[in-house]
Amino acid sequence: MNRQELRLAGSGGQGVILASVILAEAALISGRFTAQSQSYGPEARGGSCKAETLISDQPIGFTKVQNPTFLMALTQKSLDKYGPGVDENCLVLIDSALTAPEGMKAKTVVSLPILDTARNTVGRLQTANIVAVGCINELLGITDHESMSKAVLMHIPKGTDKLNMKALEEGTKLAKAWLEENKR
Amino acid sequence: MGDVVLMQGNEACVEGALAAGMRLYAGYPITPSTEIAELSALRLPQEGGKFIQMEDEIASIACAIGASVAGVKSMTATSGPGFSLKQENLGYAVLAEIPLVVVDVQRMGPSTGMPTSPSQGDMMMARWGTHGDHPIIAICPSSVKETYDLTIRAFNLSEKYRTPVLLMMDELVGHLREGMELPDKEDITIVDRPTVKYPDPKRLPYHMKKGQLVPEMAPFGMGQRYNITGLIHDESGFPTNSIEEAEKMMNRLMHKISDNYEKIKDYVTENLEDADVVIFCYGGTARAAQTAMEMAREKGLKVGIFRPRTVWPFPEKELEELSRKVKRIVVAEHNYGQMLLEVQRVVKNNCIVGFVGKWNGGVITPQEILAKIEEA
Repeated sequence: MNRQELRLAGSGGQGVILASVILAEAALISGRFTAQSQSYGPEARGGSCKAETLISDQPIGFTKVQNPTFLMALTQKSLDKYGPGVDENCLVLIDSALTAPEGMKAKTVVSLPILDTARNTVGRLQTANIVAVGCINELLGITDHESMSKAVLMHIPKGTDKLNMKALEEGTKLAKAWLEENKR
Repeated sequence: MGDVVLMQGNEACVEGALAAGMRLYAGYPITPSTEIAELSALRLPQEGGKFIQMEDEIASIACAIGASVAGVKSMTATSGPGFSLKQENLGYAVLAEIPLVVVDVQRMGPSTGMPTSPSQGDMMMARWGTHGDHPIIAICPSSVKETYDLTIRAFNLSEKYRTPVLLMMDELVGHLREGMELPDKEDITIVDRPTVKYPDPKRLPYHMKKGQLVPEMAPFGMGQRYNITGLIHDESGFPTNSIEEAEKMMNRLMHKISDNYEKIKDYVTENLEDADVVIFCYGGTARAAQTAMEMAREKGLKVGIFRPRTVWPFPEKELEELSRKVKRIVVAEHNYGQMLLEVQRVVKNNCIVGFVGKWNGGVITPQEILAKIEEA
């Protein structure tokens, strides 16, 4: 757990960068070093988007992910693009509407209804990134629930606290249930 | 000791500028510098300052120059395409001796290039982009914290020497978020330009009293009337065609920087004591170099780092001395070889100079630098 390299991918507008920033914030709150960056096309929405968060117990030199220990993909396009590049120890989280591409080496692929939960259980598709943050924190144990809630609240628009806390809760539940089922 | 906060490089630039006393930002947003304009628009009114979005990059630097003449610490930020446009007025500020900070968050060019891709392709434009012989100070930060600290330094140098200072950032640092500790206000050193206290009709605006580094500035609007021009001028501020006066003016302009090289130079070294190979790097590239050095050390290779933070004026004395002690210097930069030319000029045949460059919008990896180091 000394160094985690997280890559989040999706479509511009899904809030993938914000999710990546919140994970960095949570890592910082828990006293670790972090470096967060992103790449995206010139278009604001609809283009493919990749965000990265490095978390380490040591100061961080090179700030880009080279061998992700974790990959999340929210669109088929981004999964097809980044999935084949991961090694077998990379934990992959995908939306359950997606299909893992052939030849993806990752041994563990967690498929969870992130978008569906945001749309139907939380009630706003826009909260999918926070549902995802809940899943990721539960799967990776980046920080405790309280610190993660704090990190989320620091970065969301005013007036959306309740909605996003519910999203975080639902995301946590999804991953918890998966961990339960796949006793590890 | 202040709080540790998660901050983006571009944000740190704004917070550093505010801490240094910036009270005007004029700009025209462009990726990857846009967050500097956005945050300035939010933060300046809170600090009693002004934000203006101008019609283009030329007007932006003109506005910042005007505000500085009125006595307000000013900044403008842009990327390559806008930096090209600012060159003419940059020269004006150099000659008229107007303090100013110009930020270039470099992206891949030429022209509009690849807007979201990292580059360090404007390093020679920083040196020679505006026409005519002139001195310049250019600074390159390689972390979020350094961006904060060096933005303050950029303002201080510009005030002290009455000259524009360039903060040459790059997309890697501008768009990087990491934790940084905000310093306490009382720990920050702030330099203000020498300023005249009252109007005097007999005062010559570019006259220097004995022991002064630069002429005292009279903020426009205080009642002191004087002429400012981009033409070569004498102490009165009015244009002159006198060869003697031109030489005097130009020498003073060049010497106020070169005579103070020891105070302006700023570089960081690591592991030079036993190094056979030294990585020369600056800005965002330093992060890959740092990891490459650690990887090389693990393999038992004696590798160090020489990293200028003030890139112009170039730390040639120090690099020349170093080149006599080591076997190789590997220059790593995100361009086709710009500071490489300067390193080669200084190092001559003292040691071997290798190069790791990137000019396709990609990022130089530690492995690429390590491979060059291992190429004995």
